[in-house]
Amino acid sequence: MLAFNFFGATEGGLFDINATLPLMAIQVVALTYILNSLFFKPVGNVVEKREKFVSNNIIEAKNKLSEVKKLEADLLTQLQSARTEAQRIVSEAEDESDKLYKEALELANNEANASKEKARLEIESQTSAARDQLSKQADDLSELIVSRLILKK
Amino acid sequence: MFFNSLLTNFAALEVGQHLYWQIGNIRLHGQVFLTSWILLGALLVFISLGTKKMENDPKGLQNLLEFLWDYIRDLARTQIGEKVYRDWMPFIGTLFLFVFVSNWGGALIPWRLIKLPSGELGAPTADINTTIALALLVSLSYFYAGLSNKGWRYFEYYVHPTPIMLPFKILEDFTKPLSLSFRLFGNILADELVVGVLVFLVPLILPIPVMFLGLFTSAIQALIFATLAAYYIGEAVEEHH
Repeated sequence: MLAFNFFGATEGGLFDINATLPLMAIQVVALTYILNSLFFKPVGNVVEKREKFVSNNIIEAKNKLSEVKKLEADLLTQLQSARTEAQRIVSEAEDESDKLYKEALELANNEANASKEKARLEIESQTSAARDQLSKQADDLSELIVSRLILKK
Repeated sequence: MFFNSLLTNFAALEVGQHLYWQIGNIRLHGQVFLTSWILLGALLVFISLGTKKMENDPKGLQNLLEFLWDYIRDLARTQIGEKVYRDWMPFIGTLFLFVFVSNWGGALIPWRLIKLPSGELGAPTADINTTIALALLVSLSYFYAGLSNKGWRYFEYYVHPTPIMLPFKILEDFTKPLSLSFRLFGNILADELVVGVLVFLVPLILPIPVMFLGLFTSAIQALIFATLAAYYIGEAVEEHH
């Protein structure tokens, strides 16, 4: 065996290298296999399973969150469109009522104007009729006066 | 000789003394195996208890183990990269756990109370054999990682920005395991020695902050070792464009 006897002893010493070295190496290799099957594999399985579980849950939660956000946005646009729709309907109704009001007003105005005109025409005709009658009566009266004056003579 | 006697006799510390096991004609450092078996046994019991009943909602030990797993995964992922870190995570994690358990076990358990016929129990990582074994495993793995991921194109790495880099990159293959093993070995051994000397000189209170410092260094060394191993593997599998 190799033996570096740094300290002058025939046997032993700090740097006494012998069969301990390969046997220790074999022991460490064996320990690697034992620890792999006893420790690294089982613990790794459990930890990685849990990590997978957690990351899956996180992904799922993220998906759900994005879905919720999408739905929220959807809802918001729907709300917006409903609001504009409502506004449109309200303004339309307002316009319509305005139109109706104007129409009704115009109709009433026209009617009133027409009846005013009719009344004016009637008044006018009646006035002229009365005037005709008056002038006829005046003629009759003057004729009567004239005939009476003639008779008296 | 003087240095040796100083180190071995001063503070009644036993440096470079080993409990030899003779099997056939190979010799082993028994104390390293004894402590590593005790510590790894404790680690395995701890892990078996924690993973016995795995639930989706972690409780008690499972929490701690999941934290540890997550820590190791982050380490491997940042250094090696998203693509192949899975293949190397067990190796990096084992290095981290082995070095950490060895360092802390060596620092926290009063091994000195157990008397051995020769040498003394301590952190397995305070033995050069252990650290060289770990470092060589790292070297083998980054070669294997590079070759299995990129085939012969792995060797493009040696001439990557310019061919001038070739000698330096070849040198790096030797300095990497050397620095890995000696950094760990030196830090842990030095910590054990400092605590040992202080305990011998001033047995009360004074060694305590040094012990805490030792715990800190031990944890940092485990992290550094695992991070560097992961970095070397990441460097080997990285695609150059």
